[in-house]
Amino acid sequence: MNAVLQAQGLGKKYGRRWALRECTLDIPAGRVVGLVGPNGAGKTTLLKLASGQLEPTSGGITVLDGRPAATPAQLARVGFVAQDTPVYAGLTVSDHLRLGARLNSRWDAAMAGERIARLGLIPAHRAGKLSGGQRAQLALTLGLAKRPELLILDEPVASLDPLARREFLQGLMEATVEHEFSVVLSSHLVSDLERVCDFLVVLVGSRVQVAGEVDTLLATHHRLTGPRREPVRLAADQHVVSESHTDRQSTFVIRADAPIHDSAWTVTQLSLEDLVLAYMDKHEVRR
Amino acid sequence: MIWLTWRQFRGSAAMMAAALGVLAVALAVTGPGLASTFSAGIAACTADNTCDNFYNRFFGEYQLPFMAMTLVVLLLPALVGLFWGAPMITRELEAGTHLLVWNQSITRGRWLAVKLGLTGLSAVAAAGLCGLIVTWWSGPLDESAAEGMALMAPLVFGARGIAPMGYAAFAFVLGVVVGMLVRRTLPAMALTLAVFAAIQLALPTMVRPHLLAPVTATFELSMANVDSISIPREGGAAPRLTLRDAVPGRAGSWVLTNELLDSAGRVVSAGSGGSGAVINVSSTSGPCAPGSAAAGGGDGCLGEVNRLGYRQQVTYQPLERFWLFQWIETGIYALLAVGLTWLSFWWIRRRLS
Repeated sequence: MNAVLQAQGLGKKYGRRWALRECTLDIPAGRVVGLVGPNGAGKTTLLKLASGQLEPTSGGITVLDGRPAATPAQLARVGFVAQDTPVYAGLTVSDHLRLGARLNSRWDAAMAGERIARLGLIPAHRAGKLSGGQRAQLALTLGLAKRPELLILDEPVASLDPLARREFLQGLMEATVEHEFSVVLSSHLVSDLERVCDFLVVLVGSRVQVAGEVDTLLATHHRLTGPRREPVRLAADQHVVSESHTDRQSTFVIRADAPIHDSAWTVTQLSLEDLVLAYMDKHEVRR
Repeated sequence: MIWLTWRQFRGSAAMMAAALGVLAVALAVTGPGLASTFSAGIAACTADNTCDNFYNRFFGEYQLPFMAMTLVVLLLPALVGLFWGAPMITRELEAGTHLLVWNQSITRGRWLAVKLGLTGLSAVAAAGLCGLIVTWWSGPLDESAAEGMALMAPLVFGARGIAPMGYAAFAFVLGVVVGMLVRRTLPAMALTLAVFAAIQLALPTMVRPHLLAPVTATFELSMANVDSISIPREGGAAPRLTLRDAVPGRAGSWVLTNELLDSAGRVVSAGSGGSGAVINVSSTSGPCAPGSAAAGGGDGCLGEVNRLGYRQQVTYQPLERFWLFQWIETGIYALLAVGLTWLSFWWIRRRLS
C-alpha cells in the first residue's frame, strides 16, 4: 500500500450545484496532509466522501485501497473527526470511551484512558458541559483510540482559541509519531497547517488547484518582481499562478520546475501562506 | 451497539415503564372490584329481568374512566411515533453526532437495525401490555356498553386486544422514516402525527367495514331497534320514527347502515338519528293517535307500524368477528411497518448522509 487516498474525476453535486468537481488526487501514505481552501470550497465534501459519509456523484475514490465505509473492516481503518467535533451532549466522557470500546474492534482502551487523564477531562462529566477545546480533544481521542491507519479531521481547530489550537495540533502530532498513521486535516487557515503538514492540497471553487509535498511546492513556486510588462513571455515549463500590476511594476507568482534565470526579474521565495493565497487569488481573477 | 442504544434510550424507557406501572397498578386495584360489582349486578338483574337497566346504570357510572382508558390506549402508539420514532434520526442529524457514530467500526445498516429493533420492540411491548391490561380491566364495561361504545365500535376497537401493538410498530417506524426524510425534529414530529392520525381515521372508516363482507338483515320493529316514534300533538301530521343503531338479538354489533323500509321494500329514509323518518300511519285515529290508550310509541302503535309492513334493514359486522378483525388489522399495520422498515434501510444506505 503506498497511497492512502486516490480520487479519479471525483465529483459531488448537491441539487444543481457542484460542491466538488473533477477532483483527481493521489496522496501517498505516511503524510500529514493539509487540505486548505476558503469556506465553501468543498473541503468538507471531499473529506465526507473520503470517510464514506457521502456517495460521489461522479468519478471514484479509494481510501487505503478500499471503498470508503463499505465494510466494518474499512470503517475500522479510517478515523473521522467531523467539523465542530460532535459528541453526544447527554453522555459522559466515560460513556464516550465505552461507546468507542463497544463499537471498535481495534479499540485501544489504555491509550484512550491515558489521554483523557493527561488532558484533565473528568470521566463523569457530561460531554455537553465541556469547553470547545475539551470537546475537540474528546473527539480526537475517540478518533485516535480507534487506532486507524488514516485519520481524517475536518476543521478540527476552527472553533478553538490559539492556545487550545496549539495543544490540539501538538497532541495530534505526538500521536502520529507514536503510532505511525496518515492524517488528512482541513482548515481555512494556512497558519494552522504550516507547522504540522508535509503535504498540501489547495481546494478553491470546488476544484483542486494544486497538490504536492510542501517542500516541493515551495521549491517550485517563485515570486517574480520587475518593471511593468504585460503579456509575459515565459519558458514552456513555467506557469503563471497569479499576477498583479501597479503603474511601474509587475509581480507574478509562477510555478516552474527549473530555476529561474532572467536578470530582468527579482526572484524571491514564497512562504506557504503566500503560495496558497496566490492560488486563491488566481481563482478570483478567473471568475 | 446494543449498549449505546440502551444508553440513549433508557431515559424514555424508564419513563414509559413508570407510566405503564402506575396504570397497571391502578387497573389491578380497581379491576377485581369492577368485575365483582358487574357479576353481582348480573345475578340480581337476571332474577327480575331488568338487565338492560343494570347495563345502563353500570356503564353510566364508569363511563369516564372507560373513556379515559380507551383514550390512553389510542394515544400511546401516536406518542411512541412522536417521541421515540421521529427524533431517533433527527436528533443525531441536528447534533451532528451521526458523523461520530457512523464512523465507528460498524456499518449504518447495523446501527439502524439495532436501534429500530430494540426501540421498536419496546414500543410494541409497551402498547401490547397497555392494550391487554385495559382489555382485561374493561371487560365488564365492554359487555354492558351501549351501542356505539361496544367492542366493535371504531373508537373502542382500536383500544382493545392486539391491534395497539400493530399501531405502535407502524407509528414508530413511520416516525423514523419521516425523520429521515424531513431531517428536523419538530417538523418530523408534526408530520408523523398528521400522517398517523390520517391513517388511523381512514382505516376504520374506509377499510375496516370491508375486511369481511358485512351481514345484511331485515328485522321487525321492536323496542330493540326503535328509538322512538314521535306523534305530533295536533292531528294530521304524520308520525316520525327513529331507529336505534342496534341489531335485535345481536348485541355489540357494529352497525354500518341502518334504514327503514316500507312494505314495498323501498328505503323510506335513513331512519336513525336526526328527526327520524316519516311513516305513513294515521295519527288521528287508531293505535297511533295521541289520545289512544297505547300512544307515545307504545306496543300498540309499534304493532300497527309493523302491520303496515315497515321493517328495519341493517348491515353490520357482528361481534364474533372481533378477534378475526383484530388479527387482520394488526397484520395490515405490521405489513406497513415492514415496508417502511425496508424503506428506512434503503434510504440510510443510499440517500442519507
